[in-house]
Amino acid sequence: MSAGRHPLASAAVTLLAGALFGFGLSLSTMVQPQVVLGFLRFQDMGLMLVMGGAVAVALVAYKLLPRLMTKPVLDEHFHPHPSTWNRDTAVGAALFGVGWGLSGVCPGPAIAGLGLGNWDLLWALVGLAAGALVQGWRAKP
Amino acid sequence: MTSLLSLFPHGWQHYLLGGLLIGSGVALLFVFTGRVGGMSSVFSSTWSFVVHRPFFQQARFVGSRGWRLVYALGLILGAFVWWMTLGQQAPQATGVPAWQLLLGGFVAGYGARLGNGCTSGHGICGLGSWQLPSLYAVLTFMATAFITANGLAALSGLSGGGQP
Repeated sequence: MSAGRHPLASAAVTLLAGALFGFGLSLSTMVQPQVVLGFLRFQDMGLMLVMGGAVAVALVAYKLLPRLMTKPVLDEHFHPHPSTWNRDTAVGAALFGVGWGLSGVCPGPAIAGLGLGNWDLLWALVGLAAGALVQGWRAKP
Repeated sequence: MTSLLSLFPHGWQHYLLGGLLIGSGVALLFVFTGRVGGMSSVFSSTWSFVVHRPFFQQARFVGSRGWRLVYALGLILGAFVWWMTLGQQAPQATGVPAWQLLLGGFVAGYGARLGNGCTSGHGICGLGSWQLPSLYAVLTFMATAFITANGLAALSGLSGGGQP
């Protein structure tokens, strides 16, 4: 952990943040690929509410907090993560959608599945890890 | 109103509440550590422990692999807490064939890392920080996911009883 002067507190908060994320994914049934595939087949629009709710809270945090606080509680500065639009982003996003539409699984639920004893999701987790490995292997640093 | 509710045959409260909790996790991480927590990066950053190729040894992976792994551990913990409490320890299965999970996972993993983000990275964090490139990415993966899921359903006659 490289979080400034509070490595332990930082790890604890990171664990708690992940836990909220994982609890929310489970409560909203996004950990069930059938539900995600049902959304993608226009049978249940629930995923829009999940994403909408999450984006609304994130938007408040990302946009408002840096104006109210000069720095995060446990670190010296905020670490913005600008995204870029280029060929890789376009091709990558398109491929991601194909894989997501095929399996109904994205990275969060594949990891969270380990906490639910949903061992089917291990197939997706292995696939995701292998895909990330091959991508990095082929990429130029 | 009834037509609106028909969009959510399984109810809507748990979706909204779950989404707000996911957003709270992302917000908490940002308030305390200043970090933006998408999920797909953990797959590349964790490989950096064992794969020594220059791509994986970039500072953005090596420098974040510790907290990303803790964040992923939290994800498992939160899911476990739900399962033990509200989930009533009911056995979970996907109902999706293993080949679809494995192949879909592989393509999604490759794509998410090539495109630098997934449903949480571009979707929640990218849209949450109002970034246009992330909006384009979300629209792109939503479109290809709709096409793939419906195409597959049509091909296999797998309408699930609810295909309109």
